[in-house]
Amino acid sequence: MTNVSVNVHHLTRVEGHGNIIVDVRNGELKECRLEIVESPRFFEAMLLGKPYQQASHITSRICGICAVGHATTSLRTSERALGVEPSQQTVLLRKLNFFGEIIDSHVLHTYMLVAPDFFGVGSVIPLAKTHTDVVLRALRIKKLSGDLCAMIGGRHTHPIALCVGGFTHLPNESELRAMRKRLVDARRDMDETVALFKTLDWPQFERETEYVSLTKSDEYAFIDGQIKTSDGFLYDLDAYRQVTNEKIVPHSTAKHASHNRESYMVGALARVNNNFDQLHPQAKDAAAQLGLEPICYNSFLNSAAQIVEMVHSVEESIRTIDELLARGIKPEEPVEVEVKECTGVGSCDVPRGILFHDYEIGDDGLITGANCVIPTGQNYANMEADMRALVPQILDRPEPEITLMMEMLIRAYDPCISCSTHFLEVEFVG
Amino acid sequence: MSRPKVAFFDFTSCEGCQLTVLDALQTHPELLDAVEIVQFREAMSEKGEDYLIAFVEGSLARPADEERLRGIREKAGILVALGSCAHIGGVNAIRNRQPLEKVRKHVYGEKWEWFDAYEARPASAAVKVDFFIPGCPIDRSEFLEVVTALLLGRQPKIRDYPLCVECKLKENVCLYDKGKSCLGPIIRAGCGAICPTYGDGCEGCRGLITNPNINAAEDVLKEHGLSVKEIMAQMDMFGTYQMMEMEGVGHD
Repeated sequence: MTNVSVNVHHLTRVEGHGNIIVDVRNGELKECRLEIVESPRFFEAMLLGKPYQQASHITSRICGICAVGHATTSLRTSERALGVEPSQQTVLLRKLNFFGEIIDSHVLHTYMLVAPDFFGVGSVIPLAKTHTDVVLRALRIKKLSGDLCAMIGGRHTHPIALCVGGFTHLPNESELRAMRKRLVDARRDMDETVALFKTLDWPQFERETEYVSLTKSDEYAFIDGQIKTSDGFLYDLDAYRQVTNEKIVPHSTAKHASHNRESYMVGALARVNNNFDQLHPQAKDAAAQLGLEPICYNSFLNSAAQIVEMVHSVEESIRTIDELLARGIKPEEPVEVEVKECTGVGSCDVPRGILFHDYEIGDDGLITGANCVIPTGQNYANMEADMRALVPQILDRPEPEITLMMEMLIRAYDPCISCSTHFLEVEFVG
Repeated sequence: MSRPKVAFFDFTSCEGCQLTVLDALQTHPELLDAVEIVQFREAMSEKGEDYLIAFVEGSLARPADEERLRGIREKAGILVALGSCAHIGGVNAIRNRQPLEKVRKHVYGEKWEWFDAYEARPASAAVKVDFFIPGCPIDRSEFLEVVTALLLGRQPKIRDYPLCVECKLKENVCLYDKGKSCLGPIIRAGCGAICPTYGDGCEGCRGLITNPNINAAEDVLKEHGLSVKEIMAQMDMFGTYQMMEMEGVGHD
């Protein structure tokens, strides 16, 4: 009878610290879990007593990869609480910045973290010698997206110019025009990216689950909107706790979430599944080439969905810059804020999935309560459910291959472990 | 001659400094020919245990972290603290102002004892740190400067004069004249005054210069109508650990 013991200590090529444990005795699955061993970070407690203006700068430090996502969610949370309406120019610039982060995060994940598995190497470094054009393309796209974010926020990791009510610094029109040209040139890199990834042999695996994302009536949602699930539910942001239902489990410093089933999935695949019709036509074409059509139940194809979103974001960045240039950049100050005691929920669908911030602000502008629900935390229960479903299907394979498949599965989720670990359910105090 | 072996390690952090290292490698791929990276968990699967230079990102946030860091220290010829968290405790130390048990209960509720934690601290609280690269995140060119110096066997030179010097060279309008606050007068330069350049006051991520005049800086802030609470919030964003050390408040 089959005995398999997989114990991957500190999974590599993911953000943060996690262990994979699989134990099969006599062909029976005894143990199958993802241990989250990242040290707890307590960001919610750290926000207490801090001015709301600082919240976006503190929470961006949750994650170096999705710093723009955290900052934007934090700003929208404070703005919704305080009743601040940002200008149309601010809305457009934030969107453009967000597209930059989607491209940046997805190129990092698909090329640098996922692709080495398909080439049978341990990292992107040996690929620089064997597949130079692939690595140079990845670096080119990464540099473009990093520069796009820096043009708006000052730098990508931990943006500076984003603030409640607007921006403390604005890009000028010549910078926008130069960036537009580079984005147009990047279309070729997008075509070649799709051409490369459609040759990869994605593992065949399906497990039906519920997909959760933001949704909007007029666009493919990344910032604001309502919460949509593939099981037919629709919620306003304020009702996010009805979706997340988090609970603490002993083998993880991050909490697990469930809604209509034992688990749900968030991220690029969830967004593509839920909002496919609103993708840019080029992105739909990329999806067709990659064999991705809604509703897709193969978690490994989350990486393919990320490629689709990269194509979408390049096209939408160009369109957004055109709109900004047509309007002209106006030298406007951030919207004035009238401080009052208030509460608010904000949400963005950041690279790894739907993210919620929830603040209580006192009449002195200091934060008195904070709760944040991180994408990866919402995915843990689904990752474990996938692991339990996948292991019995591949039990006849050699142990190293099973180990690699489990690593690839978890990596496909693009887990941001250090993010998710900071954020567990809290009750508001005071 | 064999290339020096280099390893990267992360403790409690956002891993943004290691991402900045990856960014630096994008523009300076020749570095990969000059060193051999034997461990970089965020980007590669290989794990070599033989290394000359260890770059350590992140704060120590629980007792077990110290043991791991001591193990790294024993193996490394040179240990470099990478970024605010490892250098001065960084944002993780914000929570040190609140009682630890309260912080743990706030986040984990009645299960608070399941997850170990202590007051967040920099690498130097547990081991000897040979060099540091300040900032949140680190500055790309400064990282390259330090690596170049180490490879040439020179002492890396980290600036020890206030940010205002660089801000003036950039010809920025002083943020105090715009009615905003800024920690530039007391914080270490080296980032090219990037925050003031993008319209936001310095938040102190690079730590205090060796002889800062904090009292005078506080007086200036007050002159501009800023409350003590706002001042402390600014100092405390990255500098809580340093501030508490100066106040003589223990961390154990």
